[in-house]
Amino acid sequence: MSDLQNLYQELVLDHSRTPHGYGLRGEIRAQSHQLNPTCGDEVTLQVHRAADGTVEAIAWEGHGCAISQASASMLAVLAEGLTVADLEARIASFREAMRSRGRIQPDEELLGDAAALGGVSKYVARVKCAMLAWVAAEDALAKS
Amino acid sequence: MSTPRVTEPIAALTDAEVRRIRADFPILQTEVNGHPLAYLDSGATSQRPFAVLDAERSFASTMNSAVHRGAHTLAAEATELFEDARASVARFIGADDDEVVWTSNATEAINLVAYSISNASLGRGGAAAESVRLRPGDEIVTTEMEHHANLIPWQELAARTGATLKVIPLEDSGALRLDVAAELITERTRLVAFTHVSNVLGVVNPVADLVALARRVGALVLLDACQSAPHLPLDVRALDVDFAVLSGHKMLGPTGIGALYGRRRLLEAMPPFLTGGSMITTVTTTEAEYLPPPQRFEAGTQRVSQAIALAAAVGYLTEVGMPRIAAHEAAFGARLVDGLSAIDGVRVLGAGIDLPRVGLASFDVDGIHSHDLGQFLDDLGIAVRVGHHCAQPLHRRLGITSSTRASTYLYTTDAEIDAVIAGVSGAIDFFRRGA
Repeated sequence: MSDLQNLYQELVLDHSRTPHGYGLRGEIRAQSHQLNPTCGDEVTLQVHRAADGTVEAIAWEGHGCAISQASASMLAVLAEGLTVADLEARIASFREAMRSRGRIQPDEELLGDAAALGGVSKYVARVKCAMLAWVAAEDALAKS
Repeated sequence: MSTPRVTEPIAALTDAEVRRIRADFPILQTEVNGHPLAYLDSGATSQRPFAVLDAERSFASTMNSAVHRGAHTLAAEATELFEDARASVARFIGADDDEVVWTSNATEAINLVAYSISNASLGRGGAAAESVRLRPGDEIVTTEMEHHANLIPWQELAARTGATLKVIPLEDSGALRLDVAAELITERTRLVAFTHVSNVLGVVNPVADLVALARRVGALVLLDACQSAPHLPLDVRALDVDFAVLSGHKMLGPTGIGALYGRRRLLEAMPPFLTGGSMITTVTTTEAEYLPPPQRFEAGTQRVSQAIALAAAVGYLTEVGMPRIAAHEAAFGARLVDGLSAIDGVRVLGAGIDLPRVGLASFDVDGIHSHDLGQFLDDLGIAVRVGHHCAQPLHRRLGITSSTRASTYLYTTDAEIDAVIAGVSGAIDFFRRGA
């Protein structure tokens, strides 16, 4: 598989075409808007919590490249049912892999489909695309 | 009796000439991601020939010293070369030597004008500066297609002075609405600022029409020549503009050097923007008197090696011939528009505008984000620009947030144009696979 095919795996393209969690809800508990000023990509993301405090769902809207859209969708799938501490740990793990310049492969056990974004970390200019929704989730949790 | 002269169309560069030109640019011999580099991002920054690289190195190796200060031999030689460089750039754009002010780039040149007007509006510059003062009720006019560098300084100037900023809107095609411009430019208008060539659409704006509207009401004209000075013969006197700005790194020169052209009587009337060393005559602890332009606007240690290298760049361009470079690139502009428009799902921005264009085309591909497209092309060694190209209002007007831009220069080849067009087709197949 070429670097480019590795970057844009089928799973990534599938998520970008039919994103999970797309569509914001009316009741706003914890929400964050993130913008990448170099390319204009944006995401608005909400973390909805169940009565027991776990993450019930991530809802988001935005526009941007396939990487940023797929990444938001993968995060939404991953986050469902996690405790806040667990989600924060997984965001940290994803960030570490993304910033590793290809040295650290994302842990599929921890990150699920988002492990398919491992190829992004070799492309320094695209790491921000992959991180956009994850930063939004972190910010939304910090505000809640 | 002599044979009557027939005006012949300007010949584009031959393949042999382009091959010779390319041999002067070391970076064009490199490979990117296993492919020969196809550099189609000259609109963002151009590449530099040996003549420019050598000029900078030679100055630093044999003559490096501060200009306009010190009496030693090197300082005198450096000053002479620095002023010769100014004269070269002035000649290149049809100005007099003392009408060219060095700046770091075009953005600084526009800010210099904006802040000088701002300072005049606060009362600086005495009676002489009256002609450039703004008051509440005065208006500045710019356009919806501008680079942010020719928009935000005017937003800020308006906010500081109480003047109002008006914006000439665009047709659906992306062309300027000259009918609306005629209504917006009124007796209240003091300055009209617009781009000569759009950095997104690649079209050459009707400068004469806009200048005529400004002249009718006595407004000043500032022309953003960043995308024209590198690619077209430019004569600021013939265009009858009051100010023009350019950026060295877009015209084979180094980064960190740009220039402001200003009509002599205006520069003489304007108070300084940056103040400090090298721009004064007499200084006391409470006040200072300033040198005439251009030195009045050149505070602090100057970018000497960059200015000398930029002079080498305009020397190189002049030797090839600006009319021939323009002809070479106009053909590429037409090929890009036609070739890309022929691909299903590709929309070339401004394709329907009936104006001359340079070798630059921006486009949107249905369902594929510009970043992904740019990544695919990069994998083939093709360098293009992606994003909003510092023109968010223009993209918003055209209903998109970003686009992909291919831009040429004198060293561009037919094969590179073929490669980018084929690359876009390939990207569509790649990203739509399995969909």
